[in-house]
Amino acid sequence: MMPIAEGVSLDLTVIWAFIIAFAVLVYVVLDGFDLGLGMLFAVEPQGKDRDVMMNSVAPVWDGNETWLVLGGGGLFAAFPLAYSLILPALYAPIIAMLLALIFRGVAFEFRWRTTRWRRVWDIAFIGGSAMASLAQGIALGGLLQGINIDKAARSYAGGWWDWLTPFTLMVGVAVMVGYMLLGATWLVMKTHGDLQARMRHRAWILGLATVGFIGIVSLWTPFLQDGYYSRWFGGLNILLAGAVAAAVLALAFGMFRTLRVKHHDYWPFIFALGMFILAFAGLGFSMFPYIVPVEITIWEAAAPENSQIFMLVGAAVLVPIILGYTAYAYWVFRGKVDPNEGYH
Amino acid sequence: MFDAADAVLLARIQFAFTVSFHFLFPAFTIGLASFLAVLNGLWMWTKDGKYLDLFRYWVKIFALAFAMGVVSGIVMSYQFGTNWSVFSDRAGPVIGAPMAYEVLSAFFLEAGFLGIMLFGRERVGPVLHMIACLAVAVGTAISAFWILSVNSWMHTPAGFEIDAETGQFLPTNFWEVIFNPSFPYRLMHTVTAAYLTTAFIVGGVAALHLLRHRNRRDKVSPATRTMFSMAMWMAAIFAPVQIFLGDIHGLNTLEHQPAKVMAMEGHFESHPEGAPLYLFGLPNQDEQRLDYAVGIPKLSSLILKHDLNAPLDGLDTIPREDQPPVAIVFWSFRVMVTIGFAMLGIGLWSLIARWRGMLFDSPMLHRAALVMAPSGLIAVLAGWITTEVGRQPFTVYGHLRTVDSVAPLDAAAVGASLIAFVVIYFAVFGAGTYYIMRLMNRGPVSAEPSLSDSFDSPIRTAGITPAPQHPSRKSRPVQPGE
Ligand code: HDD
Ligand code: HEM
Ligand code: HEM
Repeated sequence: MMPIAEGVSLDLTVIWAFIIAFAVLVYVVLDGFDLGLGMLFAVEPQGKDRDVMMNSVAPVWDGNETWLVLGGGGLFAAFPLAYSLILPALYAPIIAMLLALIFRGVAFEFRWRTTRWRRVWDIAFIGGSAMASLAQGIALGGLLQGINIDKAARSYAGGWWDWLTPFTLMVGVAVMVGYMLLGATWLVMKTHGDLQARMRHRAWILGLATVGFIGIVSLWTPFLQDGYYSRWFGGLNILLAGAVAAAVLALAFGMFRTLRVKHHDYWPFIFALGMFILAFAGLGFSMFPYIVPVEITIWEAAAPENSQIFMLVGAAVLVPIILGYTAYAYWVFRGKVDPNEGYH
Repeated sequence: MFDAADAVLLARIQFAFTVSFHFLFPAFTIGLASFLAVLNGLWMWTKDGKYLDLFRYWVKIFALAFAMGVVSGIVMSYQFGTNWSVFSDRAGPVIGAPMAYEVLSAFFLEAGFLGIMLFGRERVGPVLHMIACLAVAVGTAISAFWILSVNSWMHTPAGFEIDAETGQFLPTNFWEVIFNPSFPYRLMHTVTAAYLTTAFIVGGVAALHLLRHRNRRDKVSPATRTMFSMAMWMAAIFAPVQIFLGDIHGLNTLEHQPAKVMAMEGHFESHPEGAPLYLFGLPNQDEQRLDYAVGIPKLSSLILKHDLNAPLDGLDTIPREDQPPVAIVFWSFRVMVTIGFAMLGIGLWSLIARWRGMLFDSPMLHRAALVMAPSGLIAVLAGWITTEVGRQPFTVYGHLRTVDSVAPLDAAAVGASLIAFVVIYFAVFGAGTYYIMRLMNRGPVSAEPSLSDSFDSPIRTAGITPAPQHPSRKSRPVQPGE
């Protein structure tokens, strides 16, 4: 185990923490708009609109979800102790998420294989997306509020329902709303006509709600644990907190402006992404260097150095390649979804 | 409702249930991805429309099976933590890395190119589309490589030391970890199993349509015949290969996990002068004997030692608490081997029929092929049950016991989630299987509509170069170059 240096030196463990955080962030923004779009299905009952919405993500959702596998698999590989503490602690929300993702995932294919049951798979799509988002938010909240562990036994020591608190439920709803915002702005970008106009309107409301939730989570989190409080409000850091808040507001302002303007189809999505990235960075700032707040640091949970090096070689070569062909796949399916193509 | 000892059992049942379901899909899609790449290649090369018909037909089934493989696989990557947290903490430093490599080198490759393979033919042109098909096929093979390396390490661990303080397995040599002693055999045997599984499903679907139109040969599409012929070639070539591979895999197991082989063979007692091959018997583990045994003298020694009189140890040399559950291993092994020889039989039969020019006119052969359609899936499950149950009572053979690997879980929690998994898997994957069977029941037709131009399928974004509109889908002949 490496000593925890004051002022962080860039060692392998820190690099791995950033890689895992990066995978989770990419997952959140990419599958975030898929899942948000799934929830928006509920308020778009028209079959044709639903077809268009689903077609806007059908070629890419599988790739988006793979980042979740990298987040989980990467945690297992780089921080096995954290993986073995967090998953039992969050057992119920994780299982709920996995089951929800099954419904959501198969709906992409099953929906087109039946006319009589299409409604049923649409409901599976909506319910699966909503449940997965809620469960992810609850899991995030559960991690932030801290996990009861037996450090000597290297094992989880809490109960089955520990994750269930008002805070975690609030974070769950916040994540649902945030994902819906991503989904709505994505659709502003990928559709036109009435559907797009409605999405502009929805994104406006969801944007306000998202900003509100970011505010609540930011104000609540410091009071969960002393460590968070001193992190944000100790010394000069309060200036940083103010700067982050100002930046979120600036991005929100940009989003609201561009949502109003007819030809600005891409900007709302980009601003919404920016808000997510900032909020995520804020969470990371709260947690670092803990991976199980505030019990286990990344160094305590880290895999041995030779594993880290072995994996880093692969990650350094493969992650850029993955980003390359993922971008290519998005490029191939770029542009607006044509609602008339093939549907007459 | 449940007590603590049940938590381990329930966690085991849950893991076995979810991984068995998961593996059914890759067993089919690993082979099907390669089959599709071959079909697409043949279409580009010969410009014969039947290959494009076949591609378009099977790609719809592939999309369904693949989606089910992906969602059930995501469950697996989290089950290690939820159910086997102690195992994850201990073994993570060693097997985490190959599993991360699987995600980076295989899952992203498959997922990234899947969209283009399914919907992108018109958008990227034939060459890039072919590359996407190859990427998906290669991705499934790479996936098998890494996950089987991990699994094999649990059977024949190598290249590690154990940390005295934390009890963690620490890698000392990753080359030895990845290429652990049983890995090459397991990889070859499993990938061949996937090809056979696919071949028999494809052959079974073809046989169904050959039978249905056996009095109206003109109604059988050329595509149907081609796929029957291709499937039967696969059976004829790979069934014997698989039996050979199974044999050398078994020899490897005898070297590293003798107790498993004793259980497979039903050898409770040692045989100093040549061991019999039991064909039948009822393992009675309490009494440590095989009841009603029917066997061929000395044959087991011949197979395992290539010598009729070679001595073979039995389970009497293994302490009771280190023995695997014999009955399950004994029977699942016999199921697999029986199917293996049945596959060989079909392969030989098809060769004879082909030689006599009767391949498409032997209803008996077609019936047999139809019955055998799901046999690969059954053999694959039986094989895995042999392998995994035969490893008991260890998760990491010889080093970490199953009872010591489990997460500190509430039995009620595992029980509740197990029920949820069972109900949802049967409902969702049952529906998916039904949709697949409905497509299979329809059979390939000439000018098979593609995923991106058929009426009832997902149409993709239009973009800058919109896909050509087809005025009349039903009667349009297939044109080269699309
Ligand atoms: C189509 C599928 C299929 C068929 C026809 C066979 N097998 Fe198999 N077998 C598998 C599919 C499989 C498998 C699912 O791929 C397994 C499970 C784990 C593994 O490594 O391969 C397996 C495991 C497995 C093992 C266990 C090895 C271990 O756990 O260490 C042995 C000894 C054999 N096989 C031997 C045979 C023999 C002698 C066969 C023919 C007569 C045969 N298999 C046919
Ligand atoms: C290649 C990847 C695989 C890995 C890493 C793996 C790992 C494991 C682990 C960790 C357990 C639980 C511990 C135990 O009970 O021993 C287990 C048990 C089991 N697995 Fe696998 N497995 C794999 C593939 C499969 C497949 C494909 C199947 C079946 C089709 C399968 C069937 C089983 C069964 C039946 C058990 C229960 C054995 C028992 O508890 O008695 N496994 N495996
Ligand atoms: C316990 C063991 C296993 C785990 C944790 C696991 C994990 C996964 C995951 C996460 C996926 C989804 C990937 C995506 O998002 O695209 C997946 C799919 C896949 N897995 Fe597994 N898997 C296991 C066992 C196996 C085995 C034994 C094989 C083959 C020998 C296999 C082969 C595949 C393949 C080819 C896919 C691609 C999807 C498909 O073809 O259906 N897996 N697996």
